[in-house]
Amino acid sequence: MTALVTTSGLRGGYGPRSDAISEIDIHVDAGQIVAVLGPNGGGKTSLFRALLGELPRRSGAVEIEGRVAYVPQTERARLDFPVSALDVAAMGTYADAPWYRRLPLASRRRAHESLELVGLEGEAGTLFGELSGGQRQRVLIARALAREARVLLLDEPLGGLDRASASRVGRVLADLKETGRAILVATHDINDAQEADRVLCINRRQIAYGPPSVLDAETLERTYGGEMITLPGGGKAVVVQHHHH
Amino acid sequence: MLDALTDPFTGEIGQRALAEVALLGVVCGPLGVWLVLYRQSYAAESLAHAALPGLVIASLAGLPLLVGVGGGLAVAAVAIALAGRERRVGSDTAIAVVVTTLFGLGVLLALRPEVPARLGEILFGNPLSVSTGDLVATGALALGAIGALAALHRPLALGGFDQQAARSLGVSPQGAELALLALLAAATLVAVGALGNLLVVAMLLAPGAAALRFARGLGPSLVLAAALAVGAGLAGLYVSYYLELAAGASIALAAVATFAVAALISPLLARA
Repeated sequence: MTALVTTSGLRGGYGPRSDAISEIDIHVDAGQIVAVLGPNGGGKTSLFRALLGELPRRSGAVEIEGRVAYVPQTERARLDFPVSALDVAAMGTYADAPWYRRLPLASRRRAHESLELVGLEGEAGTLFGELSGGQRQRVLIARALAREARVLLLDEPLGGLDRASASRVGRVLADLKETGRAILVATHDINDAQEADRVLCINRRQIAYGPPSVLDAETLERTYGGEMITLPGGGKAVVVQHHHH
Repeated sequence: MLDALTDPFTGEIGQRALAEVALLGVVCGPLGVWLVLYRQSYAAESLAHAALPGLVIASLAGLPLLVGVGGGLAVAAVAIALAGRERRVGSDTAIAVVVTTLFGLGVLLALRPEVPARLGEILFGNPLSVSTGDLVATGALALGAIGALAALHRPLALGGFDQQAARSLGVSPQGAELALLALLAAATLVAVGALGNLLVVAMLLAPGAAALRFARGLGPSLVLAAALAVGAGLAGLYVSYYLELAAGASIALAAVATFAVAALISPLLARA
């Protein structure tokens, strides 16, 4: 197996004193999906920023094989922007040429192919804001594919999607895994995490990393603290999400 | 009929005015699309108004108005940056305080008895008074701004559409926004002579906002905005000529009319 992402003792943050993340030791092979589980403000997005080289690193090491692309939550993108699905996918190829030069034709072709890979070739001309939530998520994944990224960082890709859309996005991720990409998925959903190859529990520092079997009650308690409740009866753990308005 | 169309432009004054508003339209229309998309309409209004003291001082000192606007914009930019550094103030409040102060200062200066009669043109503009030098400056702006907008198209699109992911795709959203504000300052600098300190905002924002109501896609929006802005300039000159109204104000009203019509018609088109 080829390791695409390796971190050792990774520590970093924006503020002068507090670390956004620390003690992160992970090893992600090609063809693996890693669920990154943690509370709001627990460092999931900061970890992604660190892997993108955007978070000031204080110590530790990061090694990434190939290109890395970030796929944000769809509501972070502007739905009123007059850009089509193809325009958005093509944004993944912008680094192919300096900003003042025309993009090569091959880049446009790659954007088309990326839309095909996520099953949206028929929506190439549709405005991004007119697509469904699940389709928008797939367009953003297509943008990452157009960048020819081997490592994908997805920020809560299934959040707010209905069951059918979430299932469709899940199938796209499973297909991408088969192509040998490494996929890190930030999520709140413990059930989704159980489906991943590896799970990283994080609450400003690494709590646990390993197969889904690491998700025992104690690990979840340490990861979520007061944000987790246990339902009476089945003893099922549920995370109470805090929404920011 | 043909005479009625050509009459306003038979003389040199009319021809120069036509060339001036056409060049400004080609710049202000597309620039307005980006300003609306980047939610920088307030910045556009603020920059124009903050330049007033510089304009009046240039008018009093007999300097070219371009020098006055440039100086006024530079002072405003520095003052806003300094005020915005105070955390408890915030950028919106800093802009409001600085712009209101500078505008008030400009009005105080403008009320001095020695200010030449041309001050009305500073506030409300007069494309009929543009000189050959003004036309050359506007032409240079048009060439530079269209070139810059074409070159910056990708960074502007990505930086505006998805600020969070832009950097990972090789684009600095802050850099794109700064470039846009620099273009806004350059356009204001040149357009204020023909359209006036108070009315230039209409040409900068209304055609762009109107085009975004109609067009699907960035490219069509930019082209349509340029066409609407040039059309508004032309319509304003006709209105000014035949109804004997101030040319700057007529153009500003025509520009705003494009948005009013777009706001009325676009919902009907969407339903059809």
